[in-house]
Amino acid sequence: MKPRDLSDLALRNLREAILRNSLTTLGIAVGVASLVAMLSLGVGLQQLASKRLSQSGLFDSVFVTPRVNLRGMGRAAMPPSSDQAPRLLDESARQEISRLPNVVEVYPQVRFFTEVRFDGKPFATMVAGMPASSKASGSFDGMQGSFFSGDAAYETILQSEFAKELNAQTSTLIGKDLVLRYAERQSIPPNPMDSKATSASNSESLPGGFSVVPKEMRLRIVGVVDTEPASGFGGYGNGRLLIPLQVAMTLRAAQVNDLRDIVRGTSSAPTFASLTVRAKGPAYVEALEASVKNMGFGAFSLLDASKSLATFFRVLDMLLGIFSSLALFVATLGIVNTLVMAILERRREIGVLKALGASDRDVKQLFFFEAGVMGLFGGIFGLFLGWLIGRALNFGTNFYLHRRDLPSVDISSVPWWLVLFSIGFAVLVSLVAGLYPASRAARLNPVEALRYE
Amino acid sequence: MPNGQPAIRLDHISRHYTMGEAVIRAVDDVSLDLPSGEFLALLGSSGSGKSTLLNLIAGLDRPTSGAVIAHGQDLSTVSSLELARYRRQTVGMVFQSFNLLPRMTLEENVELPLRLAEVDRSDRAARVHEALERVGLGKRITHRPGELSGGEQQRAAIARALVNRPKILLADEPTGNLDSATGESILMLLKEIQKNPGMTIVMVTHERPLAERFADRLAVMGDGKLLSNGAAR
Ligand SMILES: Nc1ncnc2c1ncn2[C@@H]1O[C@H](COP(=O)(O)OP(=O)(O)OP(=O)(O)O)[C@@H](O)[C@H]1O
Ligand SMILES: [Mg+2]
Repeated sequence: MKPRDLSDLALRNLREAILRNSLTTLGIAVGVASLVAMLSLGVGLQQLASKRLSQSGLFDSVFVTPRVNLRGMGRAAMPPSSDQAPRLLDESARQEISRLPNVVEVYPQVRFFTEVRFDGKPFATMVAGMPASSKASGSFDGMQGSFFSGDAAYETILQSEFAKELNAQTSTLIGKDLVLRYAERQSIPPNPMDSKATSASNSESLPGGFSVVPKEMRLRIVGVVDTEPASGFGGYGNGRLLIPLQVAMTLRAAQVNDLRDIVRGTSSAPTFASLTVRAKGPAYVEALEASVKNMGFGAFSLLDASKSLATFFRVLDMLLGIFSSLALFVATLGIVNTLVMAILERRREIGVLKALGASDRDVKQLFFFEAGVMGLFGGIFGLFLGWLIGRALNFGTNFYLHRRDLPSVDISSVPWWLVLFSIGFAVLVSLVAGLYPASRAARLNPVEALRYE
Repeated sequence: MPNGQPAIRLDHISRHYTMGEAVIRAVDDVSLDLPSGEFLALLGSSGSGKSTLLNLIAGLDRPTSGAVIAHGQDLSTVSSLELARYRRQTVGMVFQSFNLLPRMTLEENVELPLRLAEVDRSDRAARVHEALERVGLGKRITHRPGELSGGEQQRAAIARALVNRPKILLADEPTGNLDSATGESILMLLKEIQKNPGMTIVMVTHERPLAERFADRLAVMGDGKLLSNGAAR
């Protein structure tokens, strides 16, 4: 039989027992729906977790330190773990690392404690420098106001808890100025420069002494953020007053408490205590870590943690999949049952078809097709149903979160592969369920089927 | 009317059923040559093996031993796929209980063999109409079998058997469910169909008088054996 005639007859047969076939199809739909709901939940939670974790910068970052730091005084006899000699972690090293493949940005951790004045009142707080790449990390999604207008803008974003100390109505802060007070180290002979000068590093090259001059910097508040974008690796505590990294570096270079840098430096150039290398994604971290080590630095990442996280979600997906497959398995029994019933009912019809010249294969294909169509419809309807369940779970969760003033999340996600997979799986499972009834129908003896009752 | 090589040759065929210890010889060593274009009536008491023999000729069943040769093809040796093709292309079947599919219209019922034989869609409607026209049901094509009388249903079944232009028409008690007047009109229709060049007809019946009036030849079975085989009248 030609495919079109086959489908004509199959659809006709399905319509003739519309109630029974609809119920069977519904059974498949429920099975697929539970599969889709469970898997979309698994996928959604995984996306949520990995989004949060990548925002924290933990899993796509490599932390670089000079190797001299890692080697204790009494361990000098230890053989070098790399053929490269230990190197200074200075600006040229930073640039070299940033030229490695798949590196987004290389930046030092800049945090310091200082005093700010707002509305004439003093506040003590932790200042953190934010690299430009942090804008895209998602940490600032949902913030009030906007991100810094430029890499070296005299602007600040306040962490909302600190912002509340300044003014309970945090949104009114945006656009206002605050004053950051810091002490600038000035070389002798004094350099008559404006406090906003960025040439502090130049003055360091002068071998003379220096004096400490209190300075102020006016910063425009451009945003307030609920998350803690500066709470990355390092355990320095969280930055409450976020400023562009470049501004922070300038300030820090001028800070008195950086004295140790000068003392330690063998050359006149400043060195970094540590650098954070942000990769394009967690997948590149391993290679990056190795390259940095080869360059003669100490490097480590939380790769192992992220690997076990991925494994956890794979196992979670699998478990969810297995449990929901049980529902689909029950549904396939429904298909087998429906088709076996159909054989009994359509005994005579099968006999007639065979007498008219239908081959065993024609009969088999007919039943197979009917099973496949039920699977297809069940799959499509089940996908829709599963999506609805996922939406409902999402809605419920967010309703709960909202009542507790927590930011909303997306816990269920139906990616395109799940769409194709669930429909394909429903059809496949239905075809497998149709195997036995179809071959039984095909084997039916036409003489017995046609015997006059 | 008979001419040339036989349309059907039965060569010592048997069909035995084993029921535990007992062997039922439904058809027992039957040999018969049926020339092309002949109308054979198969008579015999109930249980004598008429339907079994007809099903062997139809390729719906295979003999336990012996050979069924139809138009040069030995049905006892071909594959089941070939047997299905033989049923599609060479034979048409009519049953006592009509066996029309109740949820299909006459048009759809008659179209079935054309679907199975993969006849082009564009040719089908004309052939279906022609077949139904020929049995006098040209105006009932959209009706369902349940809306027709017994005689009309049997005519529709005959149209379905003929639509793919078979060379052999097999009918198992086609008048068994009909009153005598209707039965007679069905036989007149079969006689008419026999005029198609080369159309061979085998009809199982209980009604000897009808068989004698319309068939060319009578074969009588008893206990699975062929008791007599000779010209009618
Ligand atoms: N599948 C089977 N298993 C066992 N015995 C069978 C089977 N089919 C037919 N028979 C037996 O074979 C014999 C011939 O049956 P068949 O149907 O050919 O008779 P018939 O001449 O057509 O009778 P009727 O006129 O009543 O239709 C009967 O005795 C029947 O019981
Ligand atoms: Mg019979």
